Amino acid sequence: MELKHGAVAGTLESSDIMVTVLPGAGGTRISLTSTVEAYYGDSIRETIRQVLRELGVENVRVEAVDHGALDCTIRARLSTAVRRACGEEHTS
Amino acid sequence: MRKLCDTLRRAIELSGLRDGMTISFHHHLRNGDYVLNMVLQEAARMGLRDLTVNASALFDCHEPLIGHIQSGVVTGLETDYMSSALGSAISRRALARPVLFRSHGTRPADILSGRSRIDVAFIAAPTADPMGNCSGKYGPSACGSLGYAFADAVKAQKVVLITDNLVPYPLTDASITEDYVDYVVRVDAIGDPGGIVSGTTRMPRDPIALRIADLSAQAIDASGLLRDGFSFQTGAGGASLAVADYVKRIMLCRKIHGSYALGGITDCMVDMLESGCFQAIQDVQCFDLRAVRSIRENPGHREISAAQYASPDAKSTAASSLDAVVLGAAQIDTDFNVNVHTDSNGCIIGGSGGHTDVAAEAKLTIIAAPLSRTRMSIVVDKVLTVSTPGSSIDMLVTQYGIAVNPSRPDLKIALEQADLPLSDIHELRRKAVAINGAARPYVRRSDQVVARVLGRDSKVQDVIYAVE
Repeated sequence: MELKHGAVAGTLESSDIMVTVLPGAGGTRISLTSTVEAYYGDSIRETIRQVLRELGVENVRVEAVDHGALDCTIRARLSTAVRRACGEEHTS
Repeated sequence: MRKLCDTLRRAIELSGLRDGMTISFHHHLRNGDYVLNMVLQEAARMGLRDLTVNASALFDCHEPLIGHIQSGVVTGLETDYMSSALGSAISRRALARPVLFRSHGTRPADILSGRSRIDVAFIAAPTADPMGNCSGKYGPSACGSLGYAFADAVKAQKVVLITDNLVPYPLTDASITEDYVDYVVRVDAIGDPGGIVSGTTRMPRDPIALRIADLSAQAIDASGLLRDGFSFQTGAGGASLAVADYVKRIMLCRKIHGSYALGGITDCMVDMLESGCFQAIQDVQCFDLRAVRSIRENPGHREISAAQYASPDAKSTAASSLDAVVLGAAQIDTDFNVNVHTDSNGCIIGGSGGHTDVAAEAKLTIIAAPLSRTRMSIVVDKVLTVSTPGSSIDMLVTQYGIAVNPSRPDLKIALEQADLPLSDIHELRRKAVAINGAARPYVRRSDQVVARVLGRDSKVQDVIYAVE
């Protein structure tokens, strides 16, 4: 997938993650702030890379602010942000 | 004889306060307290140094304390609880000497026995007369009970009352009386009423908290303790507050006439007293305005000292007659040890308060907590700080079921018979890991001890290390 513009998904609430994706040049750059960095920082970064691979996104900047989101939440928020950035419309 | 001083400075001078001494404070004005900051600011101006502050609890409003530590005015801290802003500074090495944490019961025991010496007690008094009779029930800064200040008043070498509501002698409905008081100072305000007590304590609406509360109330019922003469304590936060509401419903429905409610008192406990669930409230601390009004107006709602509340040295206490208590936890491990001192990063966020005392004394001690908070499991393999030993805990109630301490097989049978959702502490631990994902193990980064946690025997029970 090719990002057309920046997009955001998620909130700054407890147990959520706010993910901002921006079109990048030359690979994937992830910046993460997390309240559970010591315990899950590496795991969150790995999940982000994995979701990007699954969606076929290569050139992207990801800025994530995490307040203890579960893995499924991280996946959903990132995937939504990417789809929004690619201009994918809501389908019912 | 004149006890009334024109200024706080004069009272401090007369008290004989010198470098290296210990001064004490009570925390009934909670996050609205002006008195601790006021006294330390004056002590700093007078050039005093190397003081130890012994406070029954410290809140975020006491952050100026960190400045007095940095300037050397304060070099020692002893307390039963410290909120997270101060805790964070202490965990990051603000103080060279480790903080001494006690419980609300052990603090008066140590003071009254002389193990913990207090040179000058500064007592915030919402109403006082010029000879030192005082009360927390009246005045613009009314806070209700003054229970935590009694031991200080009895044993400190000098006692200074600070009030913003001076009334003519004699104040007849006094808590701490003139025979203990050396000096009285009038100031403009001893606290911010908005921070002293909340207007109302709000019942949680979070469905997880309500499920935990419902299960906890059913567990109390199943234990057989919920009958005429029942005595009960619960915390003021989250699920534990909601438990009181569920217990109330059961008591009203079955017309159970309980004996007393204990502890920090909220609107909900007052409601239970007034609707006949209890014949009395024994109160060391009021949490909201309705509790303050009730202790002032209802003879069945009485103030008790911290020693009568829960001192391990006392001949008996309100805690030692207690049937059931519901408490919270930051962490609980598979041996049922509870941590209420530090967060999952090892940073200080609280303290025992009365947790350790009532857990040890009550016939039934329930920890009511969600399985996880923001991806961190509450149920862990080993707590980072032992605040209350697992031997004092009878069961953990989570939204995924109840784990009974194996030391209470009788309780397990009772819960089984009541058809309550039983689990096992190890099973709950596995469930938490399955939901949150496996976390990297905690790695302690420092060998520097920033706090010692004393147990009910006044011996060191655990230590807290610095964090980065």
